[in-house]
Amino acid sequence: MATLKTPVSSQDHVQGPENAPATLVEYGDYQCPHCGHAHSVIKRIQKHFAKQLRFVFRNFPLNEIHPYAEAAAETAEFAGTHNKFWEMHDLLFENQERLSDSLLPDLAKKLKLPVDALIKALESGEYASRVGNDFSSGVRSGVNGTPTFFINGRRHDGPFEYDDLVTAIEDAIGPERAVVNR
Amino acid sequence: MVLAFYPADWSPVCGDQMALYNEVLPEFRKLGAELVGISVDGVWCHRAFSEARNLHFPLLADFEPKGAVAQKYGVYRDGDGISERALFVIDKEGKIAWSYCSPIGVNPGADGILQALEDLAK
Repeated sequence: MATLKTPVSSQDHVQGPENAPATLVEYGDYQCPHCGHAHSVIKRIQKHFAKQLRFVFRNFPLNEIHPYAEAAAETAEFAGTHNKFWEMHDLLFENQERLSDSLLPDLAKKLKLPVDALIKALESGEYASRVGNDFSSGVRSGVNGTPTFFINGRRHDGPFEYDDLVTAIEDAIGPERAVVNR
Repeated sequence: MVLAFYPADWSPVCGDQMALYNEVLPEFRKLGAELVGISVDGVWCHRAFSEARNLHFPLLADFEPKGAVAQKYGVYRDGDGISERALFVIDKEGKIAWSYCSPIGVNPGADGILQALEDLAK
């Protein structure tokens, strides 16, 4: 059973309370259509579990097959240093089909982020090691494609549609503690 | 050497096992290992698959006699006509240093391989 080797820390991008009984970590690629689909599933999952769920996103760009994945990941990290990680993360997935070199500065503009700084950062690879660290932690943890989910530190092997994830998260929380909101 | 038996080319996921290893290849090489994938698909299928996934390591065709190599490693599924999803790490002397057989539907990832290579390097 594959387990998360790098625990969630203050270095991560986290939504939800630190003491939530369930933590869902996603290793994702912004150009991956399966991750694009999972994005809307996660939103519903978060609504369903509310304060019982902590969600963490880590980068796992498949550069050989998704040419814009790396730049998208670095753009989201750039946005993160301006406290707009999640906004950019969401925009990237919502605009996945339009991913291109020109889209990234456009999204930055939309979020009122300094576009010149973004372009400079992408050219210099300022955020490449941050993305690379996520990738390495993913490989070490047994990430086997995108998206790969870990629920309370254990890799979720199976489909990741809404019902599948709800069941898996409820199992992880334990029946006594799960608030069933069906 | 890392020898990765996999059932077939063209499984319908982003980042199937071979695509994943393609991304991790620099890590394998840093640890002194080369990677080879092998399935019962023929060379033309492998060529198409390799080009589509932009693979930077060879795929071997265990095609004729079918599954002969897989059989030698004890990982051929007779009834199905494909190999198991089995990994082997082979040391410089040609001995199997580590192996793992994943459930056929589960991509085992690269963590076991990396750990085995690191153990070899010690």
